[in-house]
Amino acid sequence: MKEAELRETEDRLQAAAAPLASLADPTPGSELGAIRVPDGEAVFELSDVGVWYGNKHAISGINMQIPVRKVTALIGPSGCGKSTLLRCLNRMNDLIPGARIEGEINYHGTDIYAKKVDPVEVRRRIGMVFQKPNPFPKSIRDNVTFGAKVNRIKGTPDEIAERALRQAALWEEVKNDLSKSGLALSGGQQQRLCIARALAVQPDVILMDEPCSALDPIATLKIEDLIRELTKEYTIIIVTHNMQQAARVSDNTAFLLAQEHGVNGQLIEYGPTNELFTNPRDKRTEDYITGRFG
Amino acid sequence: MAVSSSMRLRAEGAVARRQWLSRASRYLFLGATLCGLAVLALLMFITLREGLERLDWDFLVNYPSRFPEQAGIRPALLGTIWVVGVTMILAVPIAVGTAIWIEEFAPRNGFLSFVKLNLSNLAGVPSIIYGILGLAVFVRFYSLGPVILAGSLTLALMIIPMTVIASQEAIRQVPPSQRDGALALGATRWQAVRHNVLPSAMPGIMTGIILALSRAAGETAAIIMIGGFTFLQFSPSFLTPVQSLTDAFTILPIQIYGWTIDPREAFRQNAAAAIIVLMVGVMVLNIFAAVIRERFRPS
Repeated sequence: MKEAELRETEDRLQAAAAPLASLADPTPGSELGAIRVPDGEAVFELSDVGVWYGNKHAISGINMQIPVRKVTALIGPSGCGKSTLLRCLNRMNDLIPGARIEGEINYHGTDIYAKKVDPVEVRRRIGMVFQKPNPFPKSIRDNVTFGAKVNRIKGTPDEIAERALRQAALWEEVKNDLSKSGLALSGGQQQRLCIARALAVQPDVILMDEPCSALDPIATLKIEDLIRELTKEYTIIIVTHNMQQAARVSDNTAFLLAQEHGVNGQLIEYGPTNELFTNPRDKRTEDYITGRFG
Repeated sequence: MAVSSSMRLRAEGAVARRQWLSRASRYLFLGATLCGLAVLALLMFITLREGLERLDWDFLVNYPSRFPEQAGIRPALLGTIWVVGVTMILAVPIAVGTAIWIEEFAPRNGFLSFVKLNLSNLAGVPSIIYGILGLAVFVRFYSLGPVILAGSLTLALMIIPMTVIASQEAIRQVPPSQRDGALALGATRWQAVRHNVLPSAMPGIMTGIILALSRAAGETAAIIMIGGFTFLQFSPSFLTPVQSLTDAFTILPIQIYGWTIDPREAFRQNAAAAIIVLMVGVMVLNIFAAVIRERFRPS
């Protein structure tokens, strides 16, 4: 009971502080208080983040803080820039020719786009799981230990593989087949292998880009359970098309929207998941989660 | 709608015509395939009938002679092996390196387009032009003389463009998700290339290399231009490799050419036998390529 009270107070404080936060958002028409600052220590602080692909302004004016050891979901209709935003956080956008990032992304207080920051260091700490499972055409063991090997992480391959596979809840299923090809696994197993592979590098944050969109409902549930389990140790940011999934796994949800075709994506609302889904502050969020568009 | 008893689902009218065309096209394309095969079979048959009886161990290890029954292809066979081997050593690192740079590291700008355009152009340049270049640059300007090294440098220049293009193609076949997967784990660009891209692209790259080498093995014009001999009484030795690089040489195609222009019938037989040796050599290379393709194919 005390906790609930505390939480309510915090929420009220936040609601009071929200107009201040939204001052940083230069977008005209964005409602006051729709973008909230979550509790706790922030892993990422984004200020005025925008991305250009050539002449196309994909997203702009994103201001948000992502808290440590929580699951943050990015939702929104196709083309709203949620994957683009995710790929900014570990500098994967650097790999796309013509991509430019504006604004500042602070990771534990360091701007990851500062000149002296090495993208390889960033990606080692901020792992990523992709939409389509992409195991390497190598054995399960080599898949898991690849990142540890290139990053010279201590431990024998078998130790590293077992620890990561246990964390990814895949160990029991593959412990006798570590030399089998990673491609021989089912789709859901492949995705957990990719998660294990990311965990083996001992990251701090794991970015997941629609990790379940290629999986069946049972495999999806397994991954969702895993996400809840991993959040005890890791910060997870997940892009999802599936609003139920966001509601099931995330602590905070950010809703992005590209208002019209060809117009860049913006952060419309950001706050605790249960509030965003039960009591959205922005009309557009409400329209989206009630299925009126998208 | 109920299915009437008279409905037999037989193709009629327009469907029948389309089906007839589809069946006919199968034979048309089979015919196209057989045209090529028939010519090849005829060629092989004539060559085998002419040269097979002449083919024996002595033929492989003897030096050429003005007596056709004593003549052999030792210098030409060893010369071909040497020239192709050295060409491979010279061309492969440069070609594969270039392909990796273009596909994995090069900034997408005007310079890259310029390089790519020139590579395609160079791949289409007739080999005699490479021969002239080799003669002017390696034989004369660098005063190498008509030696194995000059021949290999010339052939290397000739096969680099096509090897680059084949390797590029193989590298481009590797799905981007493989690279992204490696890079997202904190691999450097080179580590992603070394551990993920190259192993997956290896079968394609090897195929490209071997096809280019079999072309080099059969190359005549460029080597005639730089001055390969037709009548040599010594052959390059594997025991003194540095010396061998600067030896005068001949190669099988030139030996064949030299014998076919001789009016005596017995020399034609020699030529046919030498052609068989060259064909078997190229076939071995191609089988080797196929084996490697299978070996490296991901499970």
